[in-house]
Formats: sequence, C-alpha cells, structure tokens
Amino acid sequence: MGLVTATVDRLTFRNFTELASLTGAIAASGFRRFSTYRQATVASLVTNTMFGFLRTYVMLAIVGTAGATLAGYTGAQLAGYVWVGQGLLGVVLLWGWNDLAERIRSGDVVTDLMRPIHPVLSYLSADLGRAAYAMMFRFLPPIVVGALVFQIYLPKDLVTYPLFLISVLLAVIVCFACRYLVNASAFWLLDHRGVTMFWLFTSGIMGGLYFPVHFLPDWAVALLWFGTPGPSLLQAPMDIFVERDGVAIRVGLIGIQLFWAVLLLWVCTVVQRRAERKMVIQGG
Amino acid sequence: MRVIDVRGLRKEFTVRVRKTMLRREKRVVAAVDGVDLRVERGELLGYLGPNGAGKSTTLKMLTGVLHPTAGHVSVCGFTPVPQRIKLARRIGVVFGQRSQLWWDLPLRDSFDLLKAIYRVPGEQHAAQLKRCRDLLDLDSFMDTPVRQLSLGQRMRGELTASLLHSPEILFLDEPTIGLDVVSKQAVRGFLAELGARGDTTIVLTTHDLADIERLCSRIVVIDHGKVVHDGSIQDLHLRYGSRRRVIADFDVAFTYPVDLPGVVLESSTGTRLVFAVDEVGPLAAVLAANGSLRDLSIAEPEIEDVISRLYQTPAGQVG
Amino acid sequence: MGETLRIYLQLIGAQGRAQASYRVSFWLDLAGNAIVVGADLLTVLVIYTQVPKLGGFGVAQTLVFFGLALAAFSLADLFVGNIERMKTYVRMGTLDGVLVRPLGVLPQLLAMDVGFRRLGRVAYALVIFAVSLSYADIPWTPSRVVLAVVAPLSGAVFFCAYFVATATVAFWWVESGELANALTYGGRDFTSYPITVYSGWFRKLFAFGLGFGFVAYYPGLALLGIPDPLGFPSWLGWGSVLVALIAVMVAATIWRTGVRHYRSTGS
Repeated sequence: MGLVTATVDRLTFRNFTELASLTGAIAASGFRRFSTYRQATVASLVTNTMFGFLRTYVMLAIVGTAGATLAGYTGAQLAGYVWVGQGLLGVVLLWGWNDLAERIRSGDVVTDLMRPIHPVLSYLSADLGRAAYAMMFRFLPPIVVGALVFQIYLPKDLVTYPLFLISVLLAVIVCFACRYLVNASAFWLLDHRGVTMFWLFTSGIMGGLYFPVHFLPDWAVALLWFGTPGPSLLQAPMDIFVERDGVAIRVGLIGIQLFWAVLLLWVCTVVQRRAERKMVIQGG
Repeated sequence: MRVIDVRGLRKEFTVRVRKTMLRREKRVVAAVDGVDLRVERGELLGYLGPNGAGKSTTLKMLTGVLHPTAGHVSVCGFTPVPQRIKLARRIGVVFGQRSQLWWDLPLRDSFDLLKAIYRVPGEQHAAQLKRCRDLLDLDSFMDTPVRQLSLGQRMRGELTASLLHSPEILFLDEPTIGLDVVSKQAVRGFLAELGARGDTTIVLTTHDLADIERLCSRIVVIDHGKVVHDGSIQDLHLRYGSRRRVIADFDVAFTYPVDLPGVVLESSTGTRLVFAVDEVGPLAAVLAANGSLRDLSIAEPEIEDVISRLYQTPAGQVG
Repeated sequence: MGETLRIYLQLIGAQGRAQASYRVSFWLDLAGNAIVVGADLLTVLVIYTQVPKLGGFGVAQTLVFFGLALAAFSLADLFVGNIERMKTYVRMGTLDGVLVRPLGVLPQLLAMDVGFRRLGRVAYALVIFAVSLSYADIPWTPSRVVLAVVAPLSGAVFFCAYFVATATVAFWWVESGELANALTYGGRDFTSYPITVYSGWFRKLFAFGLGFGFVAYYPGLALLGIPDPLGFPSWLGWGSVLVALIAVMVAATIWRTGVRHYRSTGS
C-alpha cells in the first residue's frame, strides 16, 4: 500500500512494532478526546433519532404503497437500513470534520511534518480511535430506539456480524480519505468551502443516506458502486446489516470498499506529498 | 455626587460537582459575598483580586448583565437589571478580551453604528471622536477593518467606542491584558488624562499592578467574594505592614549592634546588611554613627509583594 | 419606534457590508446553499420513481407541501437562522456585550448575523414553491391566492418561533450541540411530506401537539382543494396564522425565561 511505503521510506530506522504502538497511542488519544464531548454526543443522539423517525415513516409509507418489497428490501429491512444509517452517520462522520483545513489555515500544519509519523497515517489513527468511541456511543443507541419503536430487521446470519464490522471499518477509512482530500484542498484554495459543499451534497445522496441507491436506475447504481466511493461510505455496511443480498455479494461489497479504501489512501499520500513540496518551496 | 452605591451585594452560583460516575451534587457558591462599595463622581477606582475572586461578577452586576442574588445596587441612580437600557446610555464598558467593534468593517463604521445605537447627537459625537482620535492616535487606521488591527490598535478603538456617548462611568475589565509595552503606556496615559478631567468615573479591574500604581487613587481588593481592602495604596502598605528596605554597605564587616523598635535585620553578608523598617531615620542615625558605612540605599515596598501577601491570607482573617 | 427600527436596519446593513467584504466566499455560499438543499428535492423525486403515491398523495401534490415547507423554512432561516449560534454567543461572552447596549437583546443578536448568504436558498425555495403550484392544477380563487401568499409567511413566522425557542436551550445547556436541529431542520423535514405518511403518537405529537401540521399540510390541502384523508375540515388551512401567533407567544415566553435564567446564573 502506498501509505506504508511512504511511511517506511521516512522511518527506515524504525521497526514495525514501534510504528504500531505509535499509531495505537494516537488512536487511543482520538478515543479519549471524543469521550470528553459527552454532552454533545447526547445532543447528536437526540437529533439523529428524530431524523431516524422521519425517514423510517417515509420508507414505511413507500413500502406500504409498493407492496411487500421494494428495490430488494422488505419494510423491516428498510427500517433497519434507516436506523443503521442514523447510527453510522456519527461513526463514519460524514460531515463536520475540518481539523486539517483549520490547521492549514492557521499554519499549524507545518508541525505535522515534524512528527515521526506520516501525517495521513497519524490523522487516520486518530480518526479510527474516534470511530471506535462513536461505535459504542453513537451507533448503538439509535439502533436500540429504532428496534424498540419499529420492527427493524436484525441480522439472521452469524457471519453478517463480522462482515458488518469489517465493512464499517472500511467505510470509516473511505470516509476519512474523502474528508482528508476535501480538507487538503485548503492547501491550494484560499476558500475551500466550494469543495466542502460539493462533498455535503454528493456524500449524502451517493452514500445512500437519504434513500437507498437501489432506488435509482440500474445503470446509475452500477456507476455509483464502481465509479464513485459514495456507496462505500454508508450503503455497503447498511446493506450488509439488513442482509439485502446473499453472502457472496456481501463479501463482494467489502471488496469494493477495500478497493476504494486503498485507492483513496494512495491518493491522500500523493496529495500530501504535493502539499509538502508546496510548503517547502513556498513556505506555506 | 455618588454614582455607584452598592450595599450587601451577593451573587450565588449553583455548581454541580461530579461525585462519582453517576452521582452529582449541587453546591451553592457565593462568587460575591456581601460587597459594599460607594464611588463618588470622578473617582478612578482600581478593583483587584485573584482569578475567581468575584471581580468580573461584580462588574457584570454593576453593568446590568447579571442579576444580584441579594443586596442593593444603584448605578447612576438606576437599578441595573430592570433599568438596563436607561443605564446602558450612561455607562461605557470595555471587556478586555472581547470586542464591541464590527470585526469585518473599517473602524470608522463601528463608530458610526455606535453613534446610531446610543443616539448621540451629531456635534457631540464629532467632538468626542475628534478628542479620542487625537489622544489615541487613531487617524492612521480609521479605515482599516477591525480584524486587521493589532491588539493595541484595537484596544484604542475599543476605548473610543466606549466613550463616544460620553458615559458618566467607564467600566474596564482588564483593558491592558495582552498589550505590548507601548500600547499599555498609551492606554494608561489616556485613562490618566480622562481621570484627571474629573467628569468621568472610572472603574477598572486589572492584573497589571503597573496600571494600578500609575492610575488609581483608590483601590478595592476583593478575595473570595469579600472586600478585603478599600483605600489608597499607601493605606494598603501600612495596613499589611509592608516595609521599606534599607540596604547598607560597609567597608569592613559590620555587626548590627542594637535592637531598634520597628527594625528587622533581614540578611547580612558581613559587609552588606538588609533591613526592613517602618521609619528610616533612627536606623540611619545608628548606621551612620559607625565609621565604615560606605553606602545606604532605601527601596520602596513593591505593590506586588503586598498583593501577593494579601492573597495568601485566608479570607476572613484580614479586615 | 421608527427610530429604533432605523437603528436595526443600520445594523443589518453593516452586517451585509461585512459579509460582502468576503466577496468570493459570499457568492460561493449563495450558490452552494441553494445546491445543498437540492438533495431534499432529489430525494422526493427519486422516491416517486418507486411509487405513484405516498401517503395517498401524488408527486405534484407532495411538491406543494414540500415547496411550502421549504419557502417558510428558508425565510425564517434568512432572518433568524443565526440564532442557532446562541451557544457560541453565550460561551464567548457576546451576550454580555449585547446586554450593556441600550437596545433589545434578541433584535441585537438577530441583527448581528443576518444570513444574506442564505438568500440563494430563499430564491430557490420560492421558485420551487411557484413551480409546484403551477404543476398542481390548483382551482384558483381569490382566497386561494391570498392563502398562497399568507401560508409561507405564517409558516416562516412559525419557524422563526421555533428557531428562537430551541436556541434558548443554550441558556441552560451551553454544550447542547446540534440538539435544536431536531426541531428546526427536523420540523422542516416533517412538514415536507404529507402528514398521512406518519402515524400514531409521532404524528399526533408533531402535527398537532407541536403545530407542524399547520405549516404546509393543511394550507397545502386548502390550496389543492383536497379533503383531508384524516377527516379534518378544510378551513384548518387558515389555522396556520393562528398557530404561528401561538408559537410566537410561547417562544417569547421561553426566551424571556431564558434571559432571566442567564442573568441569575451567568454563564
């Protein structure tokens, strides 16, 4: 993977164990940092739950009109899809991450280069720590609420659980890479809000947050899965959770996510290298 | 004329203390605990105290931001909270770490807006602005957006902004915090001039003791919500027994022979002796009588020492 | 009174100049804000590719509800949307600065950051509403024309009340994060669909208890000339004015309580 090569290039004198313990420490700090935002977490949970209710009712109304199934989902599966989506929203953190852009604007980003770890890996580790926290405190509560009020589909197949966790992990990595790239545009653009808005607009729709991408025509579904990282952000783990497709296809979805995770992280390292060159030459 | 009359002022806050993971306990804390304060027109009052002593809380109650839990407050003849808007026209407030200016607009625009907000008549506004521009040297940055001003320039703008409606009382919360030496001097000079004219009462909280020494004829020290001193700086020295130091150098080693009342030998290296004294005269006479005295110097007590000693004394034990 | 109004207009004007000083960002926001809300419209359209009717209503009819909700919300957001920054105002001490000025607290806070950059969203919402009306085959009468103007305005007043009432939470709970969004943005989403979509206590609570049913659904039905599948009379469409007034009164009470609480507890 491009990322590891870049890191090892810079750290030839360090061995792998050291790197692992370093990233572990960064991830732990990401976990702790977010565990201090307890009150904000509660507030987001209430909001996520409200939107969960709204979307579930709309989805159930659609199935109610369409008959037993729609686009491959039953009513319970669509309800499950909505609540898993609301829970994962805070885990993959689709919106509201501008750490890097803020550091670029303030110039603090220069200090990232002085750390003995590749910046992309460092930010990724912190983000995984954050996601681990969110998985406990932002994913589970909406699922519980949804399951209490509605009849939501829970996985029948044991293998779904590990597949789901892998898929969430990959979704976090894909989402992180997208956010990183959106933020990194601030290296070149004085005001990167245009890019941010493009991301806001496309991620929700292409990720399957507002409606399952399977509602779209087949050609568009294929284009989204294979041509964009969108469905890898939310649609993949959501589909795996509600077991919309057979095991083979579920594994296939993870394959697509893996492809996007690797590709996007590689792009991140390329962009980071360019940005570093720009900083070194132009002094920021 | 009395412009501030405060009696038995008290402000309680309820804080929740986390006892265990789940249990929290409510506790009532008095941030201001029975403050009495009377300020006459034209006074320049320094309001001092360590962090969390209740300085800002008092100021907020005087300016109508917070409602007192108990006690009587009258500022310019008004009761601050119910008569907030009337009072606001008569006072100026500068909160050192936040701005009352329009961040993205030229400084000039902020002054125009404040003229409208306070409904200042045209001539009065022009005259007051002219005076501030001259005294605070604003001309070079009147057309610069506030966000591009240096901290010192901005504070000069803030002072002007708080004075355009010719307030009777000017409240300043840490006006020199974070400023460079030159800007501090400029701010102090301006406040000294304003105070000297005698028509504006100034109440100032600060951590910078140089502000106090340069500006304030009267200081009120508050600690744990209580007034622990109210008077001049000299009173403060007297009261807390801060003494002047006498440093005497001798050509040959000297042993302090007698035991004068009010004199304490603090240290001795043989040829240099340091005393803390109430009065210099008797000691100087004794030392001069000894032939080998080479040099004698007197150091005035520093207010830092006084204040820091004062803060170390537990509340309630002094005054 | 006129004098005070002039001062506020001057404050709002200053805010406009301040925002225009970031020229590129301003236009980007203006355009971008309109695009971002496009996602909601797309959602409605995609849903109707799957089903001919939703909650008993066709796409043209739902778009009337949608357009009405969006127009009302965008107008409210334009004027008072910045009050959702109340948490910041409390935390940064901006509120203290506002309290020492001889003007009302709420108008000052609102005038501090009027969302000119959200004008794009308003324009977009009004266009959607107008287009939805022209597609919906409305049996126009003079009273329906009046309602088509009054409904988005009273809906806007209603949302303004919700923005202010929910922002008041910050007086008690500074770290309340995005909590207020549940009722403001959530309320907008609720009213974007016919309330027949929802059911049980959820519908009762939001449509009638909290009044969101009167923003778009009942005025929409009155415009469309369709009887309510839930069996309520059609004049309820005009109820939006009354409901908006009630909401304003409740919000004003909550706001005043909040300010009083702040003054007795500080921040």
